[in-house]
Amino acid sequence: MSIKLNTRQVGDVSVVDVAGRITLGEGSSALRDTLRDMVGKSQKKILLNLGEVSYIDSSGIGELVSGFTTVTNSGGQLKLLNLNKRVKDLLQITKLYTVFDVHEDEAGAIRSF
Amino acid sequence: MRENKHQAPETVERFLDSTLESVDSAEELAVGVAQRAGFDADDLMRIGMAVRESMVNAVVHGNRYNAHKRVRFSVGHNSQRFTVRISDEGEGFDFESLPDPLAPENIMRTSGRGIFLIRSFMDEFQMRHLDRGGTEVTLVKYLVSK
Repeated sequence: MSIKLNTRQVGDVSVVDVAGRITLGEGSSALRDTLRDMVGKSQKKILLNLGEVSYIDSSGIGELVSGFTTVTNSGGQLKLLNLNKRVKDLLQITKLYTVFDVHEDEAGAIRSF
Repeated sequence: MRENKHQAPETVERFLDSTLESVDSAEELAVGVAQRAGFDADDLMRIGMAVRESMVNAVVHGNRYNAHKRVRFSVGHNSQRFTVRISDEGEGFDFESLPDPLAPENIMRTSGRGIFLIRSFMDEFQMRHLDRGGTEVTLVKYLVSK
C-alpha cells in the first residue's frame, strides 16, 4: 500500500490522517504537497495523525522535518499524533522525537494548540 | 540476533535498473531471504529499511536514475551471517565528508540520515570505492550471537 492522506477539520485544527508508507517517491511527495497546500491556505494548526503509517524511511523523516519547518516558519504549529512503535523508535534514534510535539490522544492534541 | 535453525544457505543476485521500482524489488527480495533465514519481524523491518536506504543511495545519488547504469544487488546468508551487497556505477563520494545527522546543527536537515539509519540497523556496514568506478556497500546482520 502506498500513502493515503485524508484531511478533516476539528474546530480550528486541521487533522491529516496518514495511512501507508511515507517513503521516497509518491509517499513523501504527497505528504509534502498536502502540507504546502494547507500552509498556502493559511491553516495554522495542523495535526498529523500517523496511526496508520506502516513504514517511514529517511526521506519520509525528511518530509516530516520539512513540513514542521514550513508550518513553523509560516507562523503555524505542526504536531504529531498516534506514532506506532517503529515510527517512535525512528524519531528517537534520529533525536527528532523531542523536536516534535507528540500526542497519543486526539482530543488532548486538539486542546494543546 | 536470531538463532539459526538449520536454514539452508541461500544467495540471490540481480542486476537492477536505476529506478525506484528497483528499490522496492531489492527490499522485497532481501526481506524474503531474511525471513527464510529466521529473523523476527523487528529485524525484518530493520533489514528492509537498511536495504531500502542503501538502494536509494545507489539509484538516486550513485547512478542518478541513469537508464544506462545498473545496480548490482546480492543477498544471501550462511549459518552465521546474513549479507547484502549493493554496488552502483556512480562517481562515488567522500565517505569521510558525511555530516553527523545527530549534531545539533544538522538535526533539522531534511536529508542525510540514510547511512546513519543503515549503521543503526545492521551489525556491520562497509563502503568501498570500486576500481571500475562506483561504490559498493556491504551490510551484515548476524544470525547467531558473536
